[in-house]
Amino acid sequence: MPITHATEKFNYPECDGDVLQVRGLHFSYPDGHIALRGISLNLCSGDKVALVGPNGAGKSTLMLHLNGILEGRGEIDLGGLRLSRDNLPMIRSMVGLVFQNPDDQLFSPTVFEDVAFGPLHMGLSESEVRVRVDSALEAVRMISYKDRLSHHLSVGEKKRIAIATVLSMNPSILVLDEPSAGLDPRAMLVSPHDTRLAQELFPRTIVMDDGNIVADGLTMEILKDEELLTAHGLEKP
Amino acid sequence: MHSDAFDRYHHHDSALHRLDPRIKVVVAIAFIISNALLPDGAWMAFGLAWLFVLLASALSDLGLGYTFRRSFIVLPFALVAVTVLFSIPGKPVSQFHFMMWDFTVTDAGLLRFVSIVIRSWISVQIAILLVAVTRFPDLIHAFEHLRVPAILTTIIAFLYRYLFVLSDEVIRLLRARQSRSAAAAGQRSGGGVLWRARVSGNMAGQLFLRSYERSDRIYNAMLARGYAGQLLTLNPHELHGRDWAYAVAAFLFILAMQFVGRF
Repeated sequence: MPITHATEKFNYPECDGDVLQVRGLHFSYPDGHIALRGISLNLCSGDKVALVGPNGAGKSTLMLHLNGILEGRGEIDLGGLRLSRDNLPMIRSMVGLVFQNPDDQLFSPTVFEDVAFGPLHMGLSESEVRVRVDSALEAVRMISYKDRLSHHLSVGEKKRIAIATVLSMNPSILVLDEPSAGLDPRAMLVSPHDTRLAQELFPRTIVMDDGNIVADGLTMEILKDEELLTAHGLEKP
Repeated sequence: MHSDAFDRYHHHDSALHRLDPRIKVVVAIAFIISNALLPDGAWMAFGLAWLFVLLASALSDLGLGYTFRRSFIVLPFALVAVTVLFSIPGKPVSQFHFMMWDFTVTDAGLLRFVSIVIRSWISVQIAILLVAVTRFPDLIHAFEHLRVPAILTTIIAFLYRYLFVLSDEVIRLLRARQSRSAAAAGQRSGGGVLWRARVSGNMAGQLFLRSYERSDRIYNAMLARGYAGQLLTLNPHELHGRDWAYAVAAFLFILAMQFVGRF
């Protein structure tokens, strides 16, 4: 029998989920491994949320559901739009998903082509694509790298450009496997590498373990709860 | 840790670097076809062809010897043509005995062999110059414009992008092995040949698995940005009057070469 945890209540302003609503999301991998056991959460515009939990807690699996790359059982609404196969293109332009390894994210020969990939596939006009590429590269301060070849960049440079590749799509929610400060005040769901980063950058924290959300609330309160942190293999910052 | 072993592009700001990649690709291919069509022993035309290579090198700022120094890699391939030395009937030039066979070199065979070597040697030089003055993504764009099927250009583009990632992966695997290939004092390091072969085999398998998983992640990253089976690109190239002028000049030169070679 899997141990089920009740989501602990932490003091956080109620959020109606105008950006993202997930209801009862279940998912298991083809090999039978159960990754998500009924996830429910709301995200509102301006929310900056750290998603923390031990390895294998289901963080990445949850992230891959948000734009329909993985399909589980449950409901996902983005900006009031129910995720289904028919509106995947729309959904994907609303969710900016940045993968952990920038070499997976940057698959085009040049930086320009990579940042233009999303807007081009959204069907925007050439002039609009160019404007978006410039402003996305401007936002991560990499505009001078426009004509560079991706494989000649350092890891740090690649990470910035990986973020630009989704910023150019103008998403309403950014989902990152790695945090980056100084971006637009849109909703962000981020899985940081350590809890100290969560403390510094994200007012709200969601703790996942074994496919469940075990806590959701104010970062400063969650990170004070030593019992909770130890129970889920997290370090006190 | 970067491996740039495959990149043959040399950054400069020369007339040839600035030339539209489509023009460069078309001229290079036309030049190579023209070389192949030149009759045997058209020495004047061969001289002109080499002059063409020298002129192009001069326009590229890479130095006149640049393509020459790199052209020797083709010689082993030209040796494939060595059989024409003996197989074309003509006046015997020399004879020799090898194991149980007699070989007769004919004058017609010698003429053809030398012509083939010169043709391929000059053609390879223009190809070397082409990749030295054109960035790889621009080459791919040029091919897209020349109606090369998208599936081919896409495969080549991905191959180019991930060849570097893969070779970095190989370097990491080799380093991991090296740093654990220790030996106790007074002991010989490593096991027998079979054991070593198995380690190498495992590494190749690792590389395959990692690449396979990576391809999955890349595909996800493409899906996440709206990929639906059709790869779209923006092409920043524009043909200017200067590009057309170079193209016309090059084609006139190639025509003159053919004329000299045939009459």
